[in-house]
Amino acid sequence: MDITRFKSKGFFIPGLISLVLLILLATLPLSLGGYTVVLVTTILMYAILTVSWVLFSGPSGYMSLASAAFFGVGIYIGALLLPNTGQVLPLLVVVVLGGLASSIVALGVGALTLRLRGIYFAIFTFGLVVLILEVLNWWEHTVSHIRGRFVMVVDNETIFYVMLAIFVATMLTFFFLRRSKFGLALQSIGQNEEAAAHSGVNVTMVKVLTFALSAFFVGAAGVVWATRLTYIDPYIAFNFFLSFLPVLMAIFGGIGQIYGPVVGAAIFAYLQETLQTEFPEVYMLTFGIVLVVVILYLPNGIVGLIPKLWRRISGGQHANT
Amino acid sequence: MPESIVTILDIAIGGLLLGGIYALIAMGLSLQYGVARVLNIAHGEFIMIGAFSTFTLYTVLGINPLVCLAIVGPIIFIIGFLLHQTLFTRLRIAAPNPGAYEASSLLAAFGLLFVIQNLALLGWGADFRAYSYLNFGVNIWGAIFSANKLVILGFAVGIGVAFYLFLIRTRLGKAIRSAAQDPQTASLMGVNINRVLSICFGFGALMAGIAGVLISMRVPLNPAMGLQYTLIAIIVIVLGGLGSIPGSFIGGFILGIIGEVVTHFEPSLSLAAYYFIFMLLLLVRPKGIFGK
Repeated sequence: MDITRFKSKGFFIPGLISLVLLILLATLPLSLGGYTVVLVTTILMYAILTVSWVLFSGPSGYMSLASAAFFGVGIYIGALLLPNTGQVLPLLVVVVLGGLASSIVALGVGALTLRLRGIYFAIFTFGLVVLILEVLNWWEHTVSHIRGRFVMVVDNETIFYVMLAIFVATMLTFFFLRRSKFGLALQSIGQNEEAAAHSGVNVTMVKVLTFALSAFFVGAAGVVWATRLTYIDPYIAFNFFLSFLPVLMAIFGGIGQIYGPVVGAAIFAYLQETLQTEFPEVYMLTFGIVLVVVILYLPNGIVGLIPKLWRRISGGQHANT
Repeated sequence: MPESIVTILDIAIGGLLLGGIYALIAMGLSLQYGVARVLNIAHGEFIMIGAFSTFTLYTVLGINPLVCLAIVGPIIFIIGFLLHQTLFTRLRIAAPNPGAYEASSLLAAFGLLFVIQNLALLGWGADFRAYSYLNFGVNIWGAIFSANKLVILGFAVGIGVAFYLFLIRTRLGKAIRSAAQDPQTASLMGVNINRVLSICFGFGALMAGIAGVLISMRVPLNPAMGLQYTLIAIIVIVLGGLGSIPGSFIGGFILGIIGEVVTHFEPSLSLAAYYFIFMLLLLVRPKGIFGK
């Protein structure tokens, strides 16, 4: 790896800011506690889902709607291996196992379907969510006769720290992948798949591996989320809404910048937590309106708005940025 | 007649009845996706609007549901037309390439789903609603079907055939077919492409609305009912071949019969069976059965 890159000032200052933010986040339970910790955990969960989505779909241009499937696999692994009585495995081991299970599903799906182009891939991955949900539902009803499963209760601070660790791992992976040769190969696939293949990029391998990598974090977050839900059934675990939310949050925040998806996820998670319980219809209605407005007027997201505003304020002197 | 033949007849006719609705819904989505390139995930919401409007018109004003077809249909056509003129045309012009348009219009349609569904929730509430209309049995070769199912099948087939003739025989139909093949060339040949695509989108919404009026005669209504029909429509248009109107018409009946067969053996697995067939099809023959 090229060390000189890390010395450049383009790396140092954002790195320092991230570190300070991370320390602030890590000490959050000590300073605020209670509800704030729960809220920030939710934000982190959405940020993991969104950044994982951008990790694969951003550069490659393949719109994946499989997030809910990977998340659901994680939740189910969590429920199966961390039952509320007779739990054997420690939480962290199950988190890794849940991530691996999601990755394996992604490997299988990716190997089968990544030759599908454009909208077919989106439809297929969405179908995957419904298929797993329906089969699992049938299994629970007719074979295992279990309506729902109770999950081990974990205190909010532990949930928070595990979620934070997964979030940091996701961000670091995202950051270094974008700068690696591998990430470059993925980007070239997004721009022109044939040209990438002719330049010696192993197109299928790069796509499938990145898809599996992005699924890992979603699955791991699913395990942690299961301990927060404490009760799950197939419909709770495989909520197809969660396939679209990361896409919306990413587009809302802007996928051009590394912090765009995180900003988008934070705003939406906050709105959801505060509005959904009291005015569910109004929340969903606003959600729809914002989605349409963002797609119409803000193709680069709110993060893309900042340089635009800056240019307007500074009177066009920085037109080259 | 032997018992097994009655069962087979039962499944076959039941499948055709189910297939009629599927065909109508899928033809609408086929116009919206196959021609106008909008994978309208809010398609089912137009069904829901059609169904709820009929419910209100019938229970409050006492208007016959079959008359509602003539009231609800044109209104939903205008809504669809205007939506495409304002929202989707704008997105189409702004998109750098067709792929980007497909992605942005899918997301915009997803936004619409939430807007329409939650407006309906605020307006009609989350309870299931139902009314009774033409709810008596008709005997067909020993198997008994309710009359409203037969009316639904009749209308679905009638509308399907009428629309096919419209596409083949009229000038506007020709413009729609040319837009489906190549929008750019069609506009060079003097077709007002924005208007034709909006008309297609409007027709798609119209078919969903009519399907909604028909569905309301026999299933309980709920603001969240739309999505399941959208998912079925997506499966059917892939099954029949994207952009092929006759393909989605026949595909609807095929899926209806498959659904009835699976329901006969294991009712809770019918949706899973649809998706299994769908995913298999995407892998083996993504062009669909009638695709070019």
